[in-house]
This record gives sequence, C-alpha cells and structure tokens, in this order.
Amino acid sequence: MPEATNADDGKGADGVQIDLISGERMNGLTSMEKIRMILDGVHDGNIVILEEGLSPDEESKLIEVTMAEISPDEFNGIEIETYPKSSTRDSSLLGRIMGTDESANKLTVIGPANQIETLHKDETLISALVSRN
Amino acid sequence: MGLFTGLKDSISRVTDRLFSEQEPKRIGIYGPPNAGKTTLANRIARDWTGDAIGTESHVPHETRRARRKENVEIERNGKSVTIDIVDTPGVTTKVDYEEFTDEMDKEDAIRRSREATEGVAEAMHWLREDVDGVIYVLDSAEDPITQVNTMLIGIIESRDLPVLIFANKIDLEESSIKRIEDAFPQHKTVPLSAKEGKNMDEVYENIAEYFG
Repeated sequence: MPEATNADDGKGADGVQIDLISGERMNGLTSMEKIRMILDGVHDGNIVILEEGLSPDEESKLIEVTMAEISPDEFNGIEIETYPKSSTRDSSLLGRIMGTDESANKLTVIGPANQIETLHKDETLISALVSRN
Repeated sequence: MGLFTGLKDSISRVTDRLFSEQEPKRIGIYGPPNAGKTTLANRIARDWTGDAIGTESHVPHETRRARRKENVEIERNGKSVTIDIVDTPGVTTKVDYEEFTDEMDKEDAIRRSREATEGVAEAMHWLREDVDGVIYVLDSAEDPITQVNTMLIGIIESRDLPVLIFANKIDLEESSIKRIEDAFPQHKTVPLSAKEGKNMDEVYENIAEYFG
C-alpha cells in the first residue's frame, strides 16, 4: 500500500510535517487503505491534507476507526475540517446513482487532536494553529 | 409442498416483512455530545411507555453505549408510527480522558473515555447498517455549523435516510432556532425543550407524520 512518508522520517526534527495527498494518489486506494494512510500520518503527528476529500461513507468509517484507536496518554483523536461543505445536499440523483460526485472538489485537513490548538474555517480558508509537541 | 410453492411462500414472507405496517422503524437519535439526546429519548419513552431509557447528565459522554426502547407507539392527528428509539452517544472525532478528571479519578475517567469511544464507533456503524431514520438533536444555544454536524448530516443524506432536526434547549436565553434553520435549510427543524417538555406536541406530530 502506498504510504505518505517523510523525507527524513521527521524523527528528531523540530517541526510539523504536512502531507499533501493528491487526488490521483488516493484514487487507486480502497476506503480502508485511505483511512489507514490518513491515520498512520496523524499517529506520526503529521497534518494530512487531502486534495479531494473523502466520501460520506469513508468519513463515517474514519470516525469509527479513529474511535477504535484512541488510547489514553497516546492518541486522543483527530481534528478535521473540510471545505466546501459536503456536496451531498446538492448532488444530482444521477450523480448519486452513479456514485460520481460523492467526494467531488472538497479539500480536507486532518490532524492529531492533541497538536491542533485551533482549526478554524470560513467560506474560503481553513486555518490551523499547530503545536510541536 | 413443491419446490415452486415453497419458493413462492418464502418470497411472500420476505415481501410481507419488508412492507409490513407492523414492523417498528428504528429511529436513531444522533447529534453532538450534550445536545440533550438522552433527555429527549427519555421524554419520548416516558410519554408513550411510562419508562425512561437512560441516565441524563451534564457530563459529556454520559451515554457511552447505544440504548434502545422498543415498540414506542406515537400517535398524533390520526397518524401513528411504531418506532424503536435508539439513543446514541454524542458523535465526536476526539475523546480525551482528561476532560473528565475534574469530575472523577483518573481510572474512572479512562474507563469512561474507553466506553465513549466504543459507543461512538458502534453508533457510526449502526448509522451505516441498521437505522431507518434519524432524529438529529442540536443544542440551539450553540453554533450548529461544526465539522461533526456537517459531516454527520452529509453521511445521513448520502444514505437517503429521512432526518428531522430538533433544535433543543429553547428554554435557554441564548437559543436561536433561526441559526439552525439557516445552517440546514434542506431539512425540517422542530424547536423544543426536552428538559421542560416545551413544544412536544409539535415534536410528536412531526415524528408521526415524517416517519409514519
């Protein structure tokens, strides 16, 4: 399975790694592979940015798997923001039937809850304040 | 009985079950933590069956496992519906046991957070597999436009589940029903106070009409 890797593994480096994952890279993966890639990155303390967001079903599974991996003093979950809002309300019937527009054109930012101090969103901007520890 | 007759009977039983008026609909009560889901579930259960479902509390994640009250028959204005109410834990993307350490010792806080995470995972799984409709409860004194609310409503819509939005806590001064209507204009919003029992007639009218 492809992995978003760090050039120097990020260990010991004083900084926060940001993984920008292209839609092309995600397209070849199954839902669980996408979720694994995101959560592996977040477990390493990285901020994961998806060029194309997840489908509603994948978002639901991401929450479920995140919950299964929460562990006291180690990992307390994720912060996630997406824009524009979920496209499902505007989906055409044809689009839903064909399953073509579930994840269309939404950018998603996901990071470890204990490192993201604030994750703010307005109409056109997602702004994250990230701590280094 | 011949093979053909047996097959016909079997198909008939399946279709009868699928379209049976008697089959209760499983209505999940979803929403963020502390929106008043258990208070509402208890109010509905007490009004129609005389029993409550679970413990209410101001501590987030008081409801750690989904709880069900079966065969609640709601009748209003000549319309009726029999539902199984499923009260679910507040959906969130993070649970930190330290949030509870003011209220309890570390060991209990860790146990509560573990149960809460299992409950949320279970609630998400049920939403994908096992729910016929959703009552989405929001605290009308809070900003409804959060990532979890937007994501959950999107997930519910993608499954084509009927959903009613309940704007709870209208007894609070900071309550704004309009803020919720503006956030989710594609769905019917029903104002109420589950704690004080305000507007419950309209709540039951909408449940009977919408899920019946």
